[in-house]
Amino acid sequence: MSLAKKYPKEVKQILAKYPPEYKRSAVMPLLYLAQSEEGCITRDAMQDIADTLEISVTDVGAIVGFYTLYHDKKEGKYRMQVCTDLPCALRGADQFMESLCSNLGIKIGETTPDGLITLEAVTCLAACDRAPMFQVQSRDGLKYYEDMTVDKTMELIEALRHVDKETA
Amino acid sequence: MSYVLLRHRDIPDIGKLSVYKEHGGFEAFKKAVTKMKPNEVTDTVKASGLRGRGGAGFPTGMKWSFIDNKNWPHYVVANADESEPGTFKDREIMESNPFQFLEGVAIASYAVGAKAAYVYLRGEFWQIAKFLDEKIAEMEKAGVLGEKLFGTDYSLNIYTHLGAGAYICGEETAMLESIEGKRGQPRIRPPFPAVHGLYGKPTVVNNVETLANLPMILANGADWYKSLGTPDSAGVKIFSLSGRVRKPGNYELPFGTTFRQLIYEHGGGVQDGRPVKAIMPAGASSSFIVADDKVLDTQMDYATVRTLGADLGSASVIVIDDTVSLDWVINKTIHFFKHESCGKCTPCREGTYWMMHLIDRLHADGCTSADVDLLLNVARQMQNKCLCPLGEFSTMAVVTGIERFPQDFGKA
Repeated sequence: MSLAKKYPKEVKQILAKYPPEYKRSAVMPLLYLAQSEEGCITRDAMQDIADTLEISVTDVGAIVGFYTLYHDKKEGKYRMQVCTDLPCALRGADQFMESLCSNLGIKIGETTPDGLITLEAVTCLAACDRAPMFQVQSRDGLKYYEDMTVDKTMELIEALRHVDKETA
Repeated sequence: MSYVLLRHRDIPDIGKLSVYKEHGGFEAFKKAVTKMKPNEVTDTVKASGLRGRGGAGFPTGMKWSFIDNKNWPHYVVANADESEPGTFKDREIMESNPFQFLEGVAIASYAVGAKAAYVYLRGEFWQIAKFLDEKIAEMEKAGVLGEKLFGTDYSLNIYTHLGAGAYICGEETAMLESIEGKRGQPRIRPPFPAVHGLYGKPTVVNNVETLANLPMILANGADWYKSLGTPDSAGVKIFSLSGRVRKPGNYELPFGTTFRQLIYEHGGGVQDGRPVKAIMPAGASSSFIVADDKVLDTQMDYATVRTLGADLGSASVIVIDDTVSLDWVINKTIHFFKHESCGKCTPCREGTYWMMHLIDRLHADGCTSADVDLLLNVARQMQNKCLCPLGEFSTMAVVTGIERFPQDFGKA
């Protein structure tokens, strides 16, 4: 079902932000809506958005490909995106990342066997004074976790795993 | 001295509309709309000496005065993309003192005759965007945003627009492309946004911190603002201090504060009591400053930092101590810029790609001094050839790292 049919209120609100003759501007918020629906952005969703905004599916695909927070395939339910950029790395982010990898038994970019966590290294998240830190991207949006330790992170992952089992 | 921007540290609940109003909130915007002509607002901001806080340091009032009054409508875009490694100040303003920022957006909009303003937030600020949407709705309800404000004919709406992970969107023309629903790639300038901006209309793009200054400048006057800071750089600045210091964080201080005061008095000194080896005053885009006693006692303002062979930029001060080798640092910055290059112009796209391969080779076995020379050569070849500042920024740490710290690259 199209986004406009399923979420008429949200789509209308999004389109109202921009001048009617420039509705292409709504492509990014609509992609977020599609991603929260499916967990990733499907080819059908791109076509649907292209039809709504009267642009080509290539135009939509170019946006998905350009911006790092859009995903065209499913990975773990939670994407744990650890900042390993310079300021965080000066405060131990690389070592933090290594410990997470060995605790989870996966490499950067990989997903835990239960499909729960995909571990990713990302560039600066504007939290340089609270390293080590990461954000968790899921269908529900994004959340920051700052001043983290490996222990606290493993507890968080256990909590997420628990929530996942409850809702499954 | 009480805070000018980080006022939530003095007034904890300033993020509540009622508390913000109790402390004079929206009075400056009301005064502007009901008692001042738009050009009088611009003149006040010009007289205050306020310069853009996003990094370029361009005089704000002058930027507004370039707007083309023959082409309408006008737009204001608040740059909340905050993606420079080492910068985390706009986030604190928006999270903790949101109304002062939004009032600043409103004042800028009135000054340039814009009836719609967009706040462009980096995608990672997803929660902040939701928070600002709530604050905007509260302002509409309180009658300080919307139609016919304060009984005048002036109307204004503010909208948030969320990016999705692209450093380049902090460049103002890339940001406009992104709002238009395109890939965030910079436009060729001129024409500048003041003439050809969002949807081809005259547009002012200002950084969050710049805008947050405006209510205070209108409330207290240009002379008051000028009395803070130095003759070259008026007012206060939020210094984002990070790296190998004991107390990293945001420090709002007048321009003219020295590096030593920032790092030692406010930041608690260097971890493990090590000496400062190098300073990057403007995040990953910085040139390296070789730290010595004279440098540490240098005042931080736009003109003085330039005498050290670097720019103050957004004042994201990354401190590097003597346990860190500069080849490791530029490995980080090169990979960052390689990842963030938008691919539009060849010198940046290819240059960052080859710099990445060269720095990887430097860290592999069997590298030679010729590899260092080649890396330096590639970086120098890129300079003054890129379409936007990103490509230039990517070379700063490489060139100054090798030139100023040759011993870290097996030279000298």
